Amino acid sequence: MNKGFEPNIVGFACNWCSYAGADLAGTSRIKYPPNIKIIRVMCTGRVTPAFILKSFQSGADGVLVAGCHPGDCHYIAGNLKCEKVMEVTKRLIDILGIGKGRLRLEWVSASEGGRFADVVKEFTEQIRELGPFLEKSQG
Amino acid sequence: MEPEEIRIGVYICHCGINIAATVDVEQVRDSASQLPNVAVSKDFKYMCSDPGQALVRSDIEENDLNRIVVASCSPRMHEPTFRNTIQQAGLNPYCLEMANIREQCSWVHEDKASATDKATKLVSAAVAKALLLEPLEEKEVEIKPQALVMGGGIAGIQASLDIADAGFQVYLVERDPSIGGHMAQLDKTFPTLDCSACILTPKMVEVERHPNIDLLSYSEVTEVNGYIGNFTVKVRKKPRYINMGRCTGCGMCAEVCLLKGRIPSEFDLGIGKRSVPYVPFPYAVPSKYTIDAERCLFLTKGKCGKSPACKEACTADAIDFEQKEEIVELDVGTIVVATGFDLFDATEKPEYGYGLYDNVLSGLEFERLVSSSGPTQGKIVVGGKEPRDVVFVQCVGSRDKSVGNEYCSRVCCMYTAKQAHLIHEKLPDARLTIFYIDVRAFGKGFEEFYDRVREEGVRYIRGNVSDIIKKGDRLMVMAEDTLVGEPIDVEADLVVLATGIVPRVDVKELMRLLKISQSPDGFLLEAHPKLRPVDTASDGIYLAGCCQSPKDIPDTVAQAKGAASSAMTKMAKGKVKVEATTAFVDAFICRGCGRCVEVCEYGAPELQEAGQGVLVSEVNDSLCKGCGACAVICPSGAISMKHFKNGQIFSQIEAVI
Repeated sequence: MNKGFEPNIVGFACNWCSYAGADLAGTSRIKYPPNIKIIRVMCTGRVTPAFILKSFQSGADGVLVAGCHPGDCHYIAGNLKCEKVMEVTKRLIDILGIGKGRLRLEWVSASEGGRFADVVKEFTEQIRELGPFLEKSQG
Repeated sequence: MEPEEIRIGVYICHCGINIAATVDVEQVRDSASQLPNVAVSKDFKYMCSDPGQALVRSDIEENDLNRIVVASCSPRMHEPTFRNTIQQAGLNPYCLEMANIREQCSWVHEDKASATDKATKLVSAAVAKALLLEPLEEKEVEIKPQALVMGGGIAGIQASLDIADAGFQVYLVERDPSIGGHMAQLDKTFPTLDCSACILTPKMVEVERHPNIDLLSYSEVTEVNGYIGNFTVKVRKKPRYINMGRCTGCGMCAEVCLLKGRIPSEFDLGIGKRSVPYVPFPYAVPSKYTIDAERCLFLTKGKCGKSPACKEACTADAIDFEQKEEIVELDVGTIVVATGFDLFDATEKPEYGYGLYDNVLSGLEFERLVSSSGPTQGKIVVGGKEPRDVVFVQCVGSRDKSVGNEYCSRVCCMYTAKQAHLIHEKLPDARLTIFYIDVRAFGKGFEEFYDRVREEGVRYIRGNVSDIIKKGDRLMVMAEDTLVGEPIDVEADLVVLATGIVPRVDVKELMRLLKISQSPDGFLLEAHPKLRPVDTASDGIYLAGCCQSPKDIPDTVAQAKGAASSAMTKMAKGKVKVEATTAFVDAFICRGCGRCVEVCEYGAPELQEAGQGVLVSEVNDSLCKGCGACAVICPSGAISMKHFKNGQIFSQIEAVI
């Protein structure tokens, strides 16, 4: 249905686990679709709902937030704080009509290069299914 | 004063062909040159090379550049390099932004057009952020001249001695009653056949005697807080029920214990037996007894005969059943992690019959059996008889995806060759067979030793063992000889499994304690696999020995010396620069609600009276770790994260899409 549609995905990855996991996917030469572009933050606890809204406002079709597994956070519990913030953000973007399926929070450790690639592949497919968020005419 | 005009230099790295093969570097460079405030846009074969860095420095001077964007590998790799480069040219190190177009672009994508498009966007996001970057001041903190070493095996012992010899105070924490670790359990060491105890004990004694080493045995680290230079550590000293000051190590308590000879000795892996009060092995350090609280009749049942015999027998009055655990707090500047490994549990390979048949032993059990300080005084006796046929099985729990261990344990080929040699020495008529997949004899003197063992008549058969079954009171080892492609059965009186090295069972707890990561194989993760093999991602925490990956004794000692040297370099300098990316509060906007105080894990923000009952939050820079949770929770937007401000990230978002 959405053939030829290449979604635009913004990723927020924490410096210690998921950004390192994404780097490991690279070092291991594990391939994944180029639709995601990652912005590095020190901790997912830094990701405010405004970052998510700004992404969609700027034309993103999906946003992936990736942090350390529970218990592994470099800052004790920033990832769990992020989880709470993301729950609220999902409700918010649902109300706004963006649809909560366009936002995903995942835990990816520094050793999970393969898992990072899998998450990106799967999420890219999910957004491809959902189709573009803003039509070109509106954007 | 007029605001400074921002002049950005953009540098796109080819990384040989690592980037250039998948990303059209010239196209990225040309697009970047069109972006606002970009004064210079260049590409170069290797940006991290000397000429690459020199190019940036000369451009800064000649073109008055004040912000630099380098598009190359991950900032986790070369951000420190380029921060240093621009600092040399007089710029603030935080005026650098990197675009990760290698690990997160050229290496993971195949289509050149879309990879180039992505790289272009990543670069424009970096330029957008560079436009808003602010110079930051790096604070210096003092490094306490004390180190914590976790684990008293050969790695921890060597690291402790090196650091202590350099004049720094060391706290060596060992969970067992004695230091020594696995090396203390070995008989001879390959390939030189040095007696393990003979080379280890002098070092153990040196640890005990060293004026700069504080040995906390039978103790565990329970809490680690802080950061490089200023860690605070809590250590739980488990009760030994023995007064360490009084115990002379005479052993009378063990002699009279009602359960003497009935408790399996951990050190001898259950082959030997001990009493409730015990020293793990004769040359233990400290040479003091410990009462096994879980087995002691008096401590578990409240009653042991009329009164505990050990207490009566102890002429030094050292036994103290009232002893309680103690929590000790330590302040240290650096930490060396040397927590070692576990042995692969061979019951995970039920086809080998381990745990089922008494004459199937693990590699370490055989070490105890053959050791002259072991339960049989070194006599190789199985089921009351000397074995005539012995079979060794290599790669048990290593190089085996079915148990989740893809890696090679690196010591088993050689310890098996050594064990075969030891049997040959003691029982020259024994027939010895080794089943192997590949023999890895890569170290100094290894190949020569392997040759020697083969010349002694040990039969090497390339093949996987599929089953070990009972045949009378002997064993039948069934395998396939993969060189001739035929099944082969070998009868044996004793089978020794070359059990591999696995991460410690509690490695996750350790990771949480220290906020460090593990690699895909489960061992602790170094900061860089090639160039920072003893560092971790957390500054001030270093790795030594098998906690990082399987290795033999010389490699362990070398890494321990490396970890010690890293710790000493920091402590000798006495000061370290800490990240300047901390939170700060705009006092005019802050309404003093205190949400930041609640959310912070480190107690960095504090409410301060700003006159007349007005509260505002203030962040203590040296406590702030820069996670940014306070900037998210702040309802009035008064708190920002330096280097990760809302505006900076917004502009990245706009540019990246």
